[in-house]
Amino acid sequence: MVHINGEDVDASGKVLKEYLEENGYIIEGIAVECNEVIVPKDKYGETIISDGDTIEIVSFVGGGQ
Amino acid sequence: MEKKDTFILGGKEFSSRFILGSGKYSMELIKAAVENAGAEIITLAVRRTNTKKNENILDYIPDNVTLLPNTSGARDAKEAVRIARMSRELGCGDFVKIEIMKDSKYLLPDNVETIKATEMLAKEGFVVLPYMYPDLYAARDLANAGAAAVMPLASPIGSNKGLATKEFIQILIDETDLPVIVDAGIGRPSQACEAMEMGAAAIMANTAIATAGDIPLMAGAFKSAIEAGRSAYLAGLGRVLERGASASDPLTGFLRD
Repeated sequence: MVHINGEDVDASGKVLKEYLEENGYIIEGIAVECNEVIVPKDKYGETIISDGDTIEIVSFVGGGQ
Repeated sequence: MEKKDTFILGGKEFSSRFILGSGKYSMELIKAAVENAGAEIITLAVRRTNTKKNENILDYIPDNVTLLPNTSGARDAKEAVRIARMSRELGCGDFVKIEIMKDSKYLLPDNVETIKATEMLAKEGFVVLPYMYPDLYAARDLANAGAAAVMPLASPIGSNKGLATKEFIQILIDETDLPVIVDAGIGRPSQACEAMEMGAAAIMANTAIATAGDIPLMAGAFKSAIEAGRSAYLAGLGRVLERGASASDPLTGFLRD
């Protein structure tokens, strides 16, 4: 199992880029962190999701105070 | 030619002294608020991506506006650093507003953790704007840690209660060399004007505008108030008499003479 944005997902072994595209993420608008380390955008295609990984996928939202 | 009144953050020159928050609005109103506010800096938050509602807030913000992501949601320096790195990875520059709160009732900033995060992020090349409780020693530590400005709160976030910390903000303005950007709690244009008269470098507001009856109109009202306060500060306020009166009409040529 992989922990993605707080949920357990069966995605181990998948290429990160494919996972993101299959699940409706728009690459330009996101940043991805794997086990608390940023994954640069140009590495999405060569990053394989491993069992036990914790992945955060984030975007900008409105915010102020 | 008269010198343009600007201020500098992270090597960037700004002529607007109104930093606008982008929370609590509908997307359509953000653009109108930015335009009417004349804002050149707008704050954003970083959250887990919602793929069901794939709207990108950046599509609604004019291109010439500098984005200032905040670290809201962070409870300590480590989490703030993580959020800041993710915000930089989102590709909108090196500016970051540190917000670290452990208390969810009053949302007061943790100055100690904020100083730690400022030091780490400044070393990584971020332009760090820390939200802080207006304490002089903390402000000095933030300056030493590499902050580009300090952002003391006027009153609790989102309260619209105005300059509850006025005396302490004045001390920061008088005693620190960093720009002091008054943040949080400013509820009315008159309060923004007052803070600018005191010598604040800029005002940050969000809730006051987002909860107003007419958002674009209130954004414009804040713009005018901030400009008026800035001009008053530059002009130097007239003196106050402790007692008595002082005529401004001539004291000669009365009809009775």
